[in-house]
Amino acid sequence: MRARFGDQTSTALMLAIPALLGLTLFILLPFLTALALSFTNLRLGSPLPVEWVGLEQFRRIFSDADFLRALANNLLFAAVVVPLQTALALALALLLNQGLRGATAFRTLFFMPVVFPMSLVAVIWTLVYAPGPNGMMNALLEQVSFGYWEARDFLRDPVLALPAIMLLSIWQGSGYQMVILLAGLQNIPQELYEGAALDGAGHRQQLLHVTLPQLRNPLIFVMLVTTILAFRLFDQVQIMTRGGPDNATTTVMYETVQAIFTRRQVGRACAMAVVFFLLVLTITWLQRRLVRQEREVA
Amino acid sequence: MKPTAHFLTQLLRYSVLTTLALLFLAPLIIMLVGSLKADARVLVEAGTLAAFLPDEASLDNYADVFRRSDFLRFFFNSVLITSAIVISGLLVNSLAGYAFARLQWRGRDLLFNLVLALMILPFEAIAVPLFYGVSMLGLRDTYFAQIAPFIANAFSIYLFYSFFIGLPKEFEEAARLDGADTLRIFFTIIVPNSKPVFASVAILSFLTWWGSYLWPLMVTIGPSVRPLPVAITGFFTLPPLLWGDILAFGVMMVAPVLVVFIIFQRWFVRGVTASAIKG
Repeated sequence: MRARFGDQTSTALMLAIPALLGLTLFILLPFLTALALSFTNLRLGSPLPVEWVGLEQFRRIFSDADFLRALANNLLFAAVVVPLQTALALALALLLNQGLRGATAFRTLFFMPVVFPMSLVAVIWTLVYAPGPNGMMNALLEQVSFGYWEARDFLRDPVLALPAIMLLSIWQGSGYQMVILLAGLQNIPQELYEGAALDGAGHRQQLLHVTLPQLRNPLIFVMLVTTILAFRLFDQVQIMTRGGPDNATTTVMYETVQAIFTRRQVGRACAMAVVFFLLVLTITWLQRRLVRQEREVA
Repeated sequence: MKPTAHFLTQLLRYSVLTTLALLFLAPLIIMLVGSLKADARVLVEAGTLAAFLPDEASLDNYADVFRRSDFLRFFFNSVLITSAIVISGLLVNSLAGYAFARLQWRGRDLLFNLVLALMILPFEAIAVPLFYGVSMLGLRDTYFAQIAPFIANAFSIYLFYSFFIGLPKEFEEAARLDGADTLRIFFTIIVPNSKPVFASVAILSFLTWWGSYLWPLMVTIGPSVRPLPVAITGFFTLPPLLWGDILAFGVMMVAPVLVVFIIFQRWFVRGVTASAIKG
């Protein structure tokens, strides 16, 4: 055994070391640093000595109204965007899986926003949401409501600002979910549908009893990715609303960047990053459990 | 199903798809058409059908972008940073994936589990300490700070690992009997037979880093090493607000990606899908 191992260990290490070194220096080490610093009061450029403050930073951020609002916004964003975007992507995938002519062209179209950088998307949609009756979204809503819609300034409206950001996020992200669900649909064995049809199952029953159960894992995956994206929400907020108006669109990442960037509070920002990590960890753990349960049943 | 009923279902499907496609396309058409219009008309006509019609089109806005901003510089920065990350990432991560998938060595399983665990960590969770470290070392506003942290990537290693582990054993055995060493086997046998995974990883990391915004926003100070995603927001807030110019900037920023996407779209879709099925 020893001889067999020994003969490849040095080669393997040589191959793996650049990557392992990179991961250690730029991911593992910063992460452990964040953990450690979240228990201190470190500030960039502060003359005060650095002190160990225990859980003080966590106590402070959880009694900070801005941060709590940010957490609530992230949760609301996830609660609205994840089901809507998944439903839209599923509908698109089902439509494109009917063997229609031109399906590939439609797939290309719906996937196109995915290759757009989010910062550019945010800029374009700022124009879409332009205030006044000439704004594209205002004009569209006026048309479809037969003139009942009164022009609003979406991005400066405390009620509409977050939904406005949700909408463009759905526009940018559903193509990504769609191609994954489409691949999942194409993996479902045709015999299952044939069997169901023999049993007299109609289209709707086939969808409920064959398609959706077979699509379970891809669905859980896209929902997990979208939930995590909802908690990473930053670019759109920074570019379009700066967290406003009145914190209506602030997010955990936005507050974190504010803490380190404008207030130079390293300790506090690290505590926020740790909270963010715990959220992501919980979501991932939930997903793993859901997938595993299914495997046990099957 | 009766032929007429079938026809009606098809018609319904096409109308739903077409309506959705138009809604999806509208913002992109507005960008393209607006970039060809006089600045003052972009906002005024945004809510009318004129937003979709480029009458009196001109390229003045494009000329303005070059005059009012250092577009070529930003473009060069984005190309340099993204290609450096993608190319060195392909090399570094595929070698590691190969070592984990095909070689027997002590500590392999332990280290591989560590790599898997790191996959859960989103970049946002380490942006703050990384920023602190980069500031302390005086490395802000450098290419280095925008490239080095992202070369090694746990998810890329995992994608390579998943692909390599599925290759038949006979691949290496013949070559090994001929006395070829591991590196030689890797480059002459493994790499040529693994084009799909290299394409997937390249496309995924290209998309991630070409559009990356948070990190360059944090580490760049001036325009010298600033990439396009941060540059466009700078241009966006540069007074006076000229929508035609901003949209022209956007078109030039996304056009190269769109061209590559249209040509290689099968690979884009496959790359994105691979990340889901493997993950």
